[in-house]
Amino acid sequence: MSRTLLVIGTRKGCFLAESDADRRDWSLSGPFCEGWPVYHAIVDEAGTIFAAAASEWHGSAVWRSRDRGETWTHSSEGLQYPEGGKKLSKVSTLSAHDGRLRVGVEMPGIFESRDDGDTWSLLTNLEGQPGSEVWDDPANQPPGHLGISGIETTDDPDRFFAIVQGIGAYETTDGGTSWTPRNRGLRADWPREHEEVGFCVHKLVRSRADGDRLYQQNHVGMHRSDDAGHSWTEITEGLPTEFGFAAAAHPHDRDTFFVIPLDPGHGRTMPDGQAAVWRTQDAGSSWQAMRDGLPQSDAFLGVLRQGMAGDTHDVPGYYFGTSTGQVFGSNDDGNSWTEIAGYLPAISSVAVAILD
Amino acid sequence: MADVHLPTTLTPLFAGLPRRVDVDAPTVNDVIDELDAQWPGLRDRLCEPGPTIRRHIHVYVDRTRAGLDTPIDERSRVDVISAISGG
Repeated sequence: MSRTLLVIGTRKGCFLAESDADRRDWSLSGPFCEGWPVYHAIVDEAGTIFAAAASEWHGSAVWRSRDRGETWTHSSEGLQYPEGGKKLSKVSTLSAHDGRLRVGVEMPGIFESRDDGDTWSLLTNLEGQPGSEVWDDPANQPPGHLGISGIETTDDPDRFFAIVQGIGAYETTDGGTSWTPRNRGLRADWPREHEEVGFCVHKLVRSRADGDRLYQQNHVGMHRSDDAGHSWTEITEGLPTEFGFAAAAHPHDRDTFFVIPLDPGHGRTMPDGQAAVWRTQDAGSSWQAMRDGLPQSDAFLGVLRQGMAGDTHDVPGYYFGTSTGQVFGSNDDGNSWTEIAGYLPAISSVAVAILD
Repeated sequence: MADVHLPTTLTPLFAGLPRRVDVDAPTVNDVIDELDAQWPGLRDRLCEPGPTIRRHIHVYVDRTRAGLDTPIDERSRVDVISAISGG
């Protein structure tokens, strides 16, 4: 019988939650990774768990478990810029596809491993791209200091998107050798030096049902692309705020998508202390608040950009983790929610996989 | 042989790494090399490119703050400390 595995990255290590296909009862384990701050944890097609973590004492590394958390190793071999060059201060985001494990870092760059995380080499720092002349300047680093804040894979391992925090999204079709900014049609409420970049892309999600359909939560607005990121249309109308980080796409329906709007000021928690996940089933023409099972008073919950995930069951489940350590899950396509964990450290990421 | 004391944050990262280890080496850098040879990857946990000791790792040789090039004699005590950080 298949198992559903949640991989939860927190400020104090990685945790796992495991259930069966019904996804009603969950067993929690952890903390793993010796309590290192985990910025993003994922599970690949083979069921191997990877966690990008950065210890204040011992630096950055990618942790790995091949046995669902029973044993862990870590490596940072090759995970550094050449001597005298840029400084690698944090590993912030991971992707795994077709034997290629990639980690995005700050200062912005992507390292790749072809041996399951044993060794790493610099794949790209997007040198020469518009915006790159300023993003290594510490004075220009946005809060969070994530550098590369997202890597979104496609069906082709050589084609993927990279998000540079506070700058925008870029696409490569040749494995990271060349890049093209993919921000046309996005909104920015601030002056920009370049036509193609200067946008604050928080989260980019690609539909499994239609590879040309992308959604993104931006600092200013929700946006949709129907042409693989070549152009974007804003779909914010109907949402309580234009701001948020986390998002997830339905695995079987290209028009269904979930987002968690947050107050855009300093608070960055769910509006009015009422927890809700917002769903569209018509590609953003209308939105519905999904609140059943979520706290509706005094619930000032934040969710970060890697803090939401969806599984691939026939009736899909969705999961999100909060900055106050709760994990909520839905096993009915987002209609109702239950608390899976209530007292974890601040959560930075949630990933899910169905394992045999 | 120098008497090297390692922090509790380091030992769980490497199988079999004890809190105290005897090392025969002329400098702090050589101590770390010796340890890295036995527990591959350990250098990365204590040093960053430069090379230099990581910002929040402090090393003392005979109770005096040390750098990578600090000499060690065979009766030295070397303390590697996880400095105040975190929360």
